Amino acid sequence: MSLQFVVDGLLTGSMIGLGAIGVTLTYSILRFSNFAHGDFMAWGTYATLAVVSAIGATFGKIAPIAPLSFGWPLLVALVVGMAFTALLALLLDKVLFSRLRSQGQAIIVVMASFGASMALRSLLEFTFTSRPTYFSRAIQIAMPVGFGIRITPDQIALLLLTAVLVLGVHLLMTRTQTGRAMQALSQNAALARIVGIDVASVVRVTWVIGGALACVAGVMIGILVQIRPFMGFDMLLPMFAAAILGGIGSIPGAVLGGLIIGLAEAGAVQLIGAEWRAAVSFIILMAVLFVRPIGLFGVRER
Amino acid sequence: MSETVLDVRDLEAGYEPGVPIVRGASITVRKGEIVVVLGPNGAGKSSFIKAIAGLVPITGGTVFLDGKDITAAPAHTMMRLGLAFVPQTENIFPLMSVEDNLKVACGVLERREIPSRLEEMYAAFPDLVRQRRAAAGNLSGGQRQMLAVARALIVHPKVLVLDEPSAGLSPKFVSMVFEMLAGIRKSGVTILLVEQNAKAALAIGDRAYVLVEGKDRHEGTASELWNDPVVAELYLGQRPSGASKGGAA
Repeated sequence: MSLQFVVDGLLTGSMIGLGAIGVTLTYSILRFSNFAHGDFMAWGTYATLAVVSAIGATFGKIAPIAPLSFGWPLLVALVVGMAFTALLALLLDKVLFSRLRSQGQAIIVVMASFGASMALRSLLEFTFTSRPTYFSRAIQIAMPVGFGIRITPDQIALLLLTAVLVLGVHLLMTRTQTGRAMQALSQNAALARIVGIDVASVVRVTWVIGGALACVAGVMIGILVQIRPFMGFDMLLPMFAAAILGGIGSIPGAVLGGLIIGLAEAGAVQLIGAEWRAAVSFIILMAVLFVRPIGLFGVRER
Repeated sequence: MSETVLDVRDLEAGYEPGVPIVRGASITVRKGEIVVVLGPNGAGKSSFIKAIAGLVPITGGTVFLDGKDITAAPAHTMMRLGLAFVPQTENIFPLMSVEDNLKVACGVLERREIPSRLEEMYAAFPDLVRQRRAAAGNLSGGQRQMLAVARALIVHPKVLVLDEPSAGLSPKFVSMVFEMLAGIRKSGVTILLVEQNAKAALAIGDRAYVLVEGKDRHEGTASELWNDPVVAELYLGQRPSGASKGGAA
């Protein structure tokens, strides 16, 4: 068996992991499974694509930053896309989730997120059609790095970006007042208010982080695979599996869970064939729920 | 008479509109005092103190803190306003470290103030120092209560408000908690507490109110209430005979 699956798995795992951070945060802080999270990814990616196109139309053709397949327009567009996706998440919370949440029935919020997911996806299909599109059609030459593994410069850049973002979010959660407030709210919402935490502002921060990271994950898929309205929805099961495998509420857990699922998927493709890929996250999810329902980094509540 | 810190007038509060649990209760707490609110089960003691802290909707009456009307202030602003509340149970964040439990309340402090305040709290509660990196969920019952109180004190509150600090603790920890409160008052902190354990609370308290059916029925110094046979018999539970000197410390 070729070790190439390690690179493929780490890349898929990075996308899953970045998405799973948002899933795990909304689950632990807002206490519902946000099925629209995958569609935040897709919307963020299309927003980024739109900005790239707009920059291209304004400034003409811009050479990529060698040896990458993309230039500064994509980086600028990514930042705009992240902001856009964060705003989208905030908007959806304001018009939909927060109203239902105040009525106190979690299952209704979950169902609403399912509806929002379908609506968001259909809007994308309506606007951009379901035909796949790409940031760049350039073919990158993969460099051999030993052990039979080949990796492209794009892939290296995106793995590094993932590492930086994950480290950043982890430090935010553990070293800052905002992060402590988020942890507090996830553990005991009533006590969080008593110790002076403004729940509404923490909820906003949660959506901003989740939305922005969903956009990055989507753009990664866009660069390495393709852009489709269903790109995010298809990631939903692996993302939830990763969040649960890592332990709900744990940022390092979500990322590690993502990497494990990514590697398992890539390995399964080599060993038993690509058609079983989707089954892998499902099997892992079931196994975790049977053996250790609190996940790798989860802690039993009181 | 020293200045009034907390002034609660004719407070009405309850979770559902039209069903008040607190029905026109009034109390005052003066600077440096320990004031105890007692009463039989179901008298609305807990709801009363939670309403003051902004946790139960207030339907009538006023709450003044240091002359400022805080009746309508949301719960999360109370720390900043100077009212620090310690709930009866689940009053720590079990998965966070002891230190993070203290820091999480420091949002209202200046950033440069925080390290020195932390050290002051550790000096006042040496039990917490050894455990500062440990998850707060690993603490014993008494230590949890210390942590919850330290977290409330770290912001220099004008008044420390506690809901049954002795609830659920073993007798050894109960006396420890009340000794701790007496010590805190000595350092100049004003305290309001609701207690089921009348004897222990009156032993450290200056004044007390007896709440019955959501209203304040009796008021007096701790020793007056303790020695009042009517009050004792009706509301304070089984008083051991000859315990007449169990009054104010």
